Amino acid sequence: MKCRVCRGPAIIDIRRHNANFCAEHFLKLCRDQTAKAIDRFAMLEPSDRILVAVSGGKDSLAVWDILTELGFDADGFYVGLGIGDYSDTSAGYARRFASERGLTLHTEDLLRDHGFDVPHGSRAAKRAPCSACGLSKRHLFDEAARRGGYDAIVTGHNLDDEAAVLMGNVLHWHTDYLGRQAPLLPARHGFPKKAKPLVRLTERETAAYCVLRGIDYLVDECPMAVGNKHLAYKAALNDIERDSPGAKYDFYFRFLDQAASRFETTLDTDTDQIPLAPCTRCGAPTNNAICSFCALTERATSAVPLRMGATRRAPHPEEANS
Amino acid sequence: MKVHLRNPTRELEIEGPITVSALLDQLDLNRESHLVIEDGTLVPADKMLSPHAVIEIRSVISGGER
Repeated sequence: MKCRVCRGPAIIDIRRHNANFCAEHFLKLCRDQTAKAIDRFAMLEPSDRILVAVSGGKDSLAVWDILTELGFDADGFYVGLGIGDYSDTSAGYARRFASERGLTLHTEDLLRDHGFDVPHGSRAAKRAPCSACGLSKRHLFDEAARRGGYDAIVTGHNLDDEAAVLMGNVLHWHTDYLGRQAPLLPARHGFPKKAKPLVRLTERETAAYCVLRGIDYLVDECPMAVGNKHLAYKAALNDIERDSPGAKYDFYFRFLDQAASRFETTLDTDTDQIPLAPCTRCGAPTNNAICSFCALTERATSAVPLRMGATRRAPHPEEANS
Repeated sequence: MKVHLRNPTRELEIEGPITVSALLDQLDLNRESHLVIEDGTLVPADKMLSPHAVIEIRSVISGGER
């Protein structure tokens, strides 16, 4: 295999481009694809102050690295979710990445700062762990960006993520969500804009980027995500991609080009027209008295009620024998 | 050769020489969702791996609700 650009020995094949690349030109491809996504969707301005949502995984560290290489002013924000060793380890990867490159990483901890962690909080609130985790992260990223005066939140969502979400929304015809599949959500109601600059790169490419750039990231999967539908959709799409290279790209980008606009009306009427007021607890914009995160916090931190009335205990072995 | 796999972590002994793509086929692993790494760098699909190679096959799929 030879690199399409320089004809030197290739180290990776990208079948949807029908091309192979050496390390140098593969890294350039990743930066070019990211810059192209930023340009096409007008995601970021050169003067923007950017807050990158960092998990310690490949995608968030790759996007932080690429944005820095492209000359953007980007700080990181990490949320400790309290998922045992997984969270401790992921925090270590995020901190090492930032300190080795002299970048600023802000951190917040769900248990220390809000009184619950994802495993216990989701159970107490009767929510799926991934749902409680996603809600908490979205809220805390928004608040950190508003507090710090950032213009944009950037996440490491890649082509596989977006294609898998699209597949789930199409399978269940979640038309309200189909209106929100664009890789840029403009600033509104006091929330900063949210951008996904890696949408032109697959997970295989972001992982390869990290390996070639010497970025040490958390390879192990989140123990709470095992078996979720999102992963099943990704596996199904990769089975299709194996036989039809470029299928994931066409599925997502042709949806954006040819179908997404048909669902935007739903977004306008459902969300944008509803006036928001500050949450009475935290001040975040919400259409309820308290925001979803404060409602989750209330349920997740509430004490388990004591059962009233006579209780039984198991007899001590000596009592049982007497 | 020694093959180190992640998610879940396990070690396999595979007979070589064998190409990267044949190895992935033998283990029923999709090339779209795995990287093959030797000596800290990527190895392409047509590379012939020696019987004494030590390699890592890394799954690249991640994510809950993101």
